[in-house]
Amino acid sequence: MSYFFVILSAVLVNNVVFVRILGLCPFMGVSKKLSTAVGMGAATTFVLTLAAGASYLVDHYLLAPFELDYLRTLSFIVVIAAIVQLTELVIHKTSPLLHQVLGIYLPLITTNCAVLGIPLLNVSLGYGLLESLLFGFGSSLGFTLALVLFASIRERLDGADVPIAFRGMPIALITAGFMSLAFMGFAGLDRFN
Amino acid sequence: MLNAIIVMTALALVLGAALGYAAVHFKVEGNPLVEQIDAILPQTQCGQCGFPGCLPYAEAIAAGEAEINLCPPGGDEGARKLADLLGHEFKPLAAEHAVEKPRAVALIDEQTCIGCTLCIQACPVDAIVGSAKQMHTVISDLCTGCELCLPPCPVDCIIMEPLAETVSNWKWKYPVTAIRKVA
Amino acid sequence: MMANPLRARGGIKPAHHKTESSGQAIRRVPLPARLVVPLRQDSQGTARAIVAVGDKALKGQLIGVPEEARGTAVHAPTSGTVVGIGPYPVPHPSGLDALCVVIEPDGEERQIEHLRLDTARASRDELIAHLQHSGIVGLGGAVFPSHIKLGKGGVDTLVINGAECEPWITCDDRLMREQSGAVLSGARLLARLAGAQRVLIGIEDNKPQAIAAMREATREVVEREAESAVSVSVVSVPARYPAGDARQLIRALTGVEIPYGRRSDAFGIQCFNVGTAHAVHRALDHGEPLTSRIVTVTGNVERPGNYEVLLGTPANELLALCGVRPGTGHVLMGGPMMGFALPRPEVPVVKATNCLIATSQALFPPAEAEQPCIRCGNCARVCPTGLQPFELYWFSRARNLDRVADYHLFDCMECGCCAYVCPAHIPLVDYFRYAKDAIRGRDEERRAADRARARFEFRGFRIEREKAEKAARLAAKAAETRAAQAAAPDGQPDAQALIAAALSRAQAQNGAAAESPPLSPPPES
Repeated sequence: MSYFFVILSAVLVNNVVFVRILGLCPFMGVSKKLSTAVGMGAATTFVLTLAAGASYLVDHYLLAPFELDYLRTLSFIVVIAAIVQLTELVIHKTSPLLHQVLGIYLPLITTNCAVLGIPLLNVSLGYGLLESLLFGFGSSLGFTLALVLFASIRERLDGADVPIAFRGMPIALITAGFMSLAFMGFAGLDRFN
Repeated sequence: MLNAIIVMTALALVLGAALGYAAVHFKVEGNPLVEQIDAILPQTQCGQCGFPGCLPYAEAIAAGEAEINLCPPGGDEGARKLADLLGHEFKPLAAEHAVEKPRAVALIDEQTCIGCTLCIQACPVDAIVGSAKQMHTVISDLCTGCELCLPPCPVDCIIMEPLAETVSNWKWKYPVTAIRKVA
Repeated sequence: MMANPLRARGGIKPAHHKTESSGQAIRRVPLPARLVVPLRQDSQGTARAIVAVGDKALKGQLIGVPEEARGTAVHAPTSGTVVGIGPYPVPHPSGLDALCVVIEPDGEERQIEHLRLDTARASRDELIAHLQHSGIVGLGGAVFPSHIKLGKGGVDTLVINGAECEPWITCDDRLMREQSGAVLSGARLLARLAGAQRVLIGIEDNKPQAIAAMREATREVVEREAESAVSVSVVSVPARYPAGDARQLIRALTGVEIPYGRRSDAFGIQCFNVGTAHAVHRALDHGEPLTSRIVTVTGNVERPGNYEVLLGTPANELLALCGVRPGTGHVLMGGPMMGFALPRPEVPVVKATNCLIATSQALFPPAEAEQPCIRCGNCARVCPTGLQPFELYWFSRARNLDRVADYHLFDCMECGCCAYVCPAHIPLVDYFRYAKDAIRGRDEERRAADRARARFEFRGFRIEREKAEKAARLAAKAAETRAAQAAAPDGQPDAQALIAAALSRAQAQNGAAAESPPLSPPPES
């Protein structure tokens, strides 16, 4: 049951975008259209889950035995960058269809701070391998949820009479702020945890 | 300290080897991105971007060798779509790449044409028919308006005729309401 | 036999305004000073003029032939002289000019000899071709060529549309009252051509006289021909706008709902307007091509009523005849819901002109300023197609064409119910028309780009192929020369062998030339 709560907490209560304020670049950048938001979400889910697992392995079997905690950020960045590259190459060859959906988003994910943040959080929360994978998966689901919701709202914003000073990014940021407030409501779920 | 260097080096070597292996073994010819870019380009094949056709330009964009705002027939609208696809910042059409023109088709003045076939060879979409010393004519439905036939013509008998709006191709405009007119 | 009407969905009940013009019998209009007949008279294409300026034309003479199988013919509405062929203003919302033939009547109304068809004997194909040559199109306003609708066959139910749901318009009402026999005869002909076993004539219940007249005519036919292959029933449908839309009427009469992207003939149903049925009767039973139609002239005029008008009559002359009252603004063609303002008063009456309404401030107050959508949902409640106009509006406004298509924009028939009830006075239909045309334009561009890409790629392939062929030719020639050289015993090029090779090449070429006729006489040798 606690595994379920790991996911639930990552998706709603501690939503990576709205509560942890991570991964804002793609959140603002790739949320103009619903279709691209879905693609980005799927690609991030894929990579983030892998990155969480791989980072755990590196941390647990490489850094911890040699007491090299201070190299954690550096080595995680290297691992994540390599995973993204590797994933792209493998997908490109093995599944052209999947590559068509995710292809152009994969390189963008390297710069997604949530992908680095979640493995680091895994370590500080002391999660094991399965928990790390679930936490990574849940967080990226939360990211996808936020992205899809936000893209749907922004598609509607295009038709709205926004005051000139607020057009474009300002109204998007205000919207994100309101959504963030709304997600705070999920903090009430805490009592079941 | 030595541990750190060894561990990082090992990590780098392992990952580097994996990437190198993947780059060789999972190598794929062609780039789906090129297709997606090519689908956005207007296919006039006019070469105004400096590349010999739309596909070479799409390849250059995909390789990061060309800007996205070099295509006058696509216009700002096309540049915006490319920016959306590639996640770049939108740039208006580059100034040196001419201004957007209304869509036009080539028209050969049949009185002046001497039948030299130079325009037939220049047309990228084979939209000009005729043969040596015979009058040439443009199949206007197939003409993309690329203007490539203008320079080779030795007697300057080709003009660009803007497409006129007729009852059959007229389109309803975006509604303009009274409030918007004032603003 | 009684069809059971389905409960209607959506729709509105605007004030009918029918009595203004329905009381008077149909009157004929005197010949105008000149007639401007557009060559584009159907929804499919422009006919090609076969008369020249200065030609004499007789009433009913062919002046425009269809360019393609889908088009319809255009005829001279009266006898006279062709005084002009060129672009003239036409009734179209764009206000653009289109190709017209201008005829100056000589006042004699000399008719061309009508082609007499023995309708009982003639084959189905002959009759349908005759409809095309008589210029028969849907007279409800869509002007879709009737011969295309009939072409496929496989129809069991023919729906004759006498609903006439738009306010103000009464031309079909008067036609059914006065010409019920002719309408019925046309309907039965259409049923035969379509292969239908039953005819349902749907009339809104606010036209009791028309219903009575059509029932009477039907009864007479039944008495006359006891064993008729076709059963005809006149069905009264509740008055509701837009009950007269073809899909709406089919749904009300037969219970069949035609899904998007399908035509009603796929379900064995075909629908024609009563005016079309009348025109079919005139064309097949009397050999008369379509050169006039009934037009309701109403609104801010002294003598509203229905007139039989020659096609090409300028709208302002027709209105002047009815006495335009002071304070008249623009003139609407079609009804107030789906019609449009005439771009210029002198545009001609065409096959699509079912009604002309002179507007005034009192009858048609100017549209109020558009306000923001408050998402009240009134539009969705009245939409007869069951769409969500507020969503369509939102995405049309944002120019988000993909999303607006996702919300089934192309199911919208532009009936205008949503705009009618909108408390924010949003011109919803204008947005939908814009979005539809924008999507069509975008698809058109995409197709053109695909075609250009394919042609460009083929050109590259062709150039490569030509290069390869040339290289192969050169290589063959070189090999031949080398072979001749090798044949020489001392390694020196053998002059004899080279000459022999050249001769054989020349002979081969001559042989090829002899097979195809030479472009110029060969030089003497």
